[in-house]
Formats: sequence, C-alpha cells, structure tokens
Amino acid sequence: MSLDNVQWTELIVFTVLFLVVSVMGFVASRWKAGDTLEHLDEWGLGGRKFGSWITWFLVGGDLYTAYTFVAVPALIFGAGAMGFFALPYTVILYPIVFLPLLRMWSVSRVHGYVTPADFVKGRYGSRPLALIIAITGIVATMPYIALQLVGLEAVLRTMGLNGSGFLGHLPLFIGFLILAVYTYQAGLRAPALIAFVKDTLIYIVILVAVIYLPAKLGGWSTIFDKSAELLSAPGANGAPKGSTLLTPNNQLQYATLALGSALALFLYPHSLTGILASKGRNVIKRNMVALPAYSLLLGLLALLGYVALVSGAKPITNAATGRPDTNTIVPVLFDQQFSGWFAGIAFAAIGIGALVPAAIMSIAAANLWTRNIYKEYMRKDATPKQEAKQAKLASLVVKFGAVLFIVFVDPQFSIDLQLIGGVIILQTLPTVAIALYTRWFHIWGLVTGWIAGMGYGFWLLYQIPNPAAGKAHFGGSALTLDKLSFFGWSPFEGSKVQIYVGFVALLVNVVVAVLVTFLARKLRKPNGIDETSPEDYHADEGDPKLKAVASH
Amino acid sequence: MASGRPSGADRTRSTGLRWNAWNLLLIVPLAMLFTPMLNLDEPRVFGLPFFYWSQFAFVPIGVVCVGLVYVMTRDEPVATGKPDHLSVDDLDEGGKA
Repeated sequence: MSLDNVQWTELIVFTVLFLVVSVMGFVASRWKAGDTLEHLDEWGLGGRKFGSWITWFLVGGDLYTAYTFVAVPALIFGAGAMGFFALPYTVILYPIVFLPLLRMWSVSRVHGYVTPADFVKGRYGSRPLALIIAITGIVATMPYIALQLVGLEAVLRTMGLNGSGFLGHLPLFIGFLILAVYTYQAGLRAPALIAFVKDTLIYIVILVAVIYLPAKLGGWSTIFDKSAELLSAPGANGAPKGSTLLTPNNQLQYATLALGSALALFLYPHSLTGILASKGRNVIKRNMVALPAYSLLLGLLALLGYVALVSGAKPITNAATGRPDTNTIVPVLFDQQFSGWFAGIAFAAIGIGALVPAAIMSIAAANLWTRNIYKEYMRKDATPKQEAKQAKLASLVVKFGAVLFIVFVDPQFSIDLQLIGGVIILQTLPTVAIALYTRWFHIWGLVTGWIAGMGYGFWLLYQIPNPAAGKAHFGGSALTLDKLSFFGWSPFEGSKVQIYVGFVALLVNVVVAVLVTFLARKLRKPNGIDETSPEDYHADEGDPKLKAVASH
Repeated sequence: MASGRPSGADRTRSTGLRWNAWNLLLIVPLAMLFTPMLNLDEPRVFGLPFFYWSQFAFVPIGVVCVGLVYVMTRDEPVATGKPDHLSVDDLDEGGKA
C-alpha cells in the first residue's frame, strides 16, 4: 500500500478521536454497572435502566448509521429527489411506532423478553414460529453490519488508505478488532457511552457543512438549478440520470419506500434493543418526540448530495474493486472543501458513527442467537451466566463474519443484501407488530404468509435490473408495475410507475396470512398458548408485575 | 404458563386495547407522503424548492403531533403499582423461570 496519498492531518485527527472513543468503550463496562455483567439483561440490554438522554443518544446513534450518512447523499448525488425519501421515512417512523413500541416494552419487561423472537414465543407458544423470526432477524442484520464497514471504509479510503488486497483492508480490520474487544467486555454500555461522542461530532459537522458549503457555492437556489441541469444529462440507459423533483413514475416508489422502510425499522432486532434497554414508558414517549432532531440532520445531510454534484466532486475509485464508489462522495466533498483538521473531525464522526450501530447490531444478533437458537435448541439448561458468555462469543463471530464479508466479497454485494434485508425483515410485521395488538392471526397463517411474502419478494427483486451498474438482477428496490404478475396475470400491463418491492411482498404476506387463518380456524386447528395477559401490555416502571432485572 | 390463564370469556371482557381520540393525531404526518400535492418547484424558501422545504416542514409537524399525543394521554391509566389490578394468575408470575 502506498502512503503517498495519505492526508496526514485528517488521519491524525481521526486517529486521536478514534482512540478516545476506544478508551471510553473499555471504561464503559464499569459505567452504571449492575451486580454482574454475566447476564443478558446486563450485557445485552445495559441493565434495562437507561433514561431519556442516554436512550436518545443510543437509539439516535443506532438508527442513523454511518451508512445512512454516506449513502443517502450518494443517492441524491446519483438520482436526485428520489434519494430524499430518507426524510419522510424518518419523520413518519415515530408516529407509526409510538403506540406499538410502548406495548412491546411493557410486555417484554413483564416477561423478561430480550428479543422480538422471545415475544413471539411467549405470545404464540410456538417454537418454529419463534425460530423463523430469530433467523429472519439475524439474516437481515448481518449485511447491515457489513454496511457499516462500507461507511467506515469510504472514510479510510478518502484519507488515502486506499490499498488493494488484504493490506487495503488492514486499517478497517484494526478498527473493528478494537470495537469487537470492548463490545465483548462492556456489552451495550459501550455503544451507549460512545454514542454521546458520535452524535455530538455529527451535529457539529453537519451544521457547519450545511451553512458553510451552500454559501461558498452560490446559495441553495443556484445549487438546485445547476443540479437540475446536471441530472438531466443522459445516464447509462439513455434516460436522464435523475431530477430534482419527483417524476410521475417514481412518486409511488418514493411514498411506498418511505412507508415500507418506516414499518421495517423497528422490526430490526437492533432497533428494539435500544428500546428494551430503556427504563420506562415515559423514556420511550419522550424519545419518540425528540428523535426527529436526527431526521432534520439527515435531511440536511441528504442535500449535501446536490452540493457535491455542483462542486464537481468525483467519487474515489475503490482500489479493491477497481470501480468508482459513490459512497465516498460526501467524504470527498469534505476533503476538498474543508481544511485538514475539520475534515478529520468529519471523518471521525462518520467512522465512529459506524462503530455505534455495528456494536448494537452485533449485540442484537448475538442476543437472538443465544436466546432463540442456543438456549432453545442446543442447551436448554443454560444458566444466565452461560447465556451471557455465549452471547459475547456470538458477538465476536458476527463482527468477524462482517469483516470477512467485506474483505472477500464485493462491497456492492452487501449493499444488495441490505436491500434484500429490508424486504425480508418487513415480512415479520404480522408476527411481531400485529401480534402486539391481536392474536387473531393463526400460527399457520403467519408461517405461510411469511413464506409467501419472502418468496414473492425475492422473485420480484431478482427481476429488477440496474442498467447503471450493468446488472440484470437484484439491481434495486424499485419495481415497475408492469413487471408485477400473479400467476401470469399482469394487472398493470405497460405501466412504468415504480413501487417498493417490500411493500408489495408485505401485502402478499398479509393476504395469504388472512386466508390461511380463516382456513385454520375452519379446521379448528389449535393456535398455541399465549403466556401474556392483556394487562401486561400496559405495565410501567414500578409495577410489581415487572420481572426483576437479571433475575431469571 | 399453560396453567391458570384467564379463560376465553375473561379475555374478551378486557382486550387490553385502550382507545383515545388524541391518538388520531399520529396519522397527520403521513400527509407528507401525498407527493402529487407537494412535488413543486415554486415557491422557494432560502432557495429550496417547495418540495424540499415542505418535506422539512413535516419534521416539526410530526414532533408536535407525537408531543401532543404524549402530553394529552399522560393520564391514561397504566399499571403502576396497583396490586388490586392483579389477578390471581398474575401473582403466579414469580414462579416462572
């Protein structure tokens, strides 16, 4: 690896900040420590006692990931208005999940659930159904962790650490090794503490960027006019690359992608981890009001995609794949427009921004593995201490799996997988979210609905080409309606209007679940045993029904 | 916990669902998805086309709606330390591993 292109000032600032959070990560195990770290309530949920502020930083750091911060502006840079879906996605998210999350917190707190699959097992008393939910969660989370590495690598490569082969991935490997060790030691407390630094840095950087850069480039009006001109140039398939306003064909995609993503987000196990770690319903309610502050930030950051377009920034060619990586566009913009030390801070913000969600995701995946596969199928008599040990080891395996993924597989593949991940996690909605309200759906219906939604979703994703990337399959999540067919019947022949695949797959899932539920009820098939009672969904701090933390 | 659950009749009596009209406010922010109404260039504010600043305007709208629901439903009864609400079955919970 050549060190000629290394931006030393940036790299030094980045390294110093990285070391500071690493020390914090190691110290975190003693922060608000309980009697023991040898229990999943403590290691995996930080003692279930986080207050409003910690939860705000933790959940904010968890949902608004480094990848979001580099990928959303990159989308706008490449296609224009469509990429702005991230703003409505994160605005409608909170009103939608406000009530269900409270029920989820209460029932989990009464019964000591750590994962969504724990809840499903309690609600339906069905081990196969819980296993399906656990596996879906792990499979959807893995590429998400790998994506955080894509964000971190985009920054490292912009700073000049753009080697090829194994050496090119070495800086990433070292960074992740440190992360893995302190997460192993401190559990959820490590990302909770580091999130304070990450979010503060992100806020500073973005506020400076959105005030300083547009002024430097002639104001937003000029930026939008120039962007409209640049985006109207023909792209790979001869059509314009994009537009600064939505077109008649992508409006439905914009709305369904925002809605589908919002419905999916809290089905991801790692999002729920932050919620279950909070100490009461009021903490969650206050956060649902305060978390949109991050959405504002994300929206402003998204607009930097236009700033990058107008400034003439060019994505860096990834030396490992030999292709330009549009995810480097925001780092490149910072590198060109800011002095070395401030760019260093900006890169640290993005880099540390990758560590927080990666840690929480690996903890969530480890919790799922331990609670719903290891304890359920491999060691039924595992003690809480053995559970914690198993989860710690699983978190290491998950993280190194993600690193190997990035080193040996084209990063583009993890981006595709993440896209698929959103579609598949959405298929757990009837089993996890609707079950919070009603047990009307039958286990049979939920399982067949899941299979149908999953199968149909994959089949649709397979058919989507991406001419810009020269791919025939798995080219994106926007399906043109004319491709939609049910057993040979195409209801929207000739239509070029686009829709989000996950949304269609979810509809199919629900319809099948309803039909099979009717059938199963007709046949009087038993529908499992519910261990929760209606009152459990309203329990709050101080309720004698709550299960003592780290007791079971 | 198969044993000692409330019988079917008991469960239909209290569904565990609580209705509050203020919750309807949570639907309001979804209006931002009706893009045909919002997908316009003019009027611009600070140089931002209408589409962008109107989407941004929904951030405070969302905050106000969720905030109102939070404040107005505060008095809703939650189960906090009211032992009289506990049924015999619930007292049984401690025995669960």
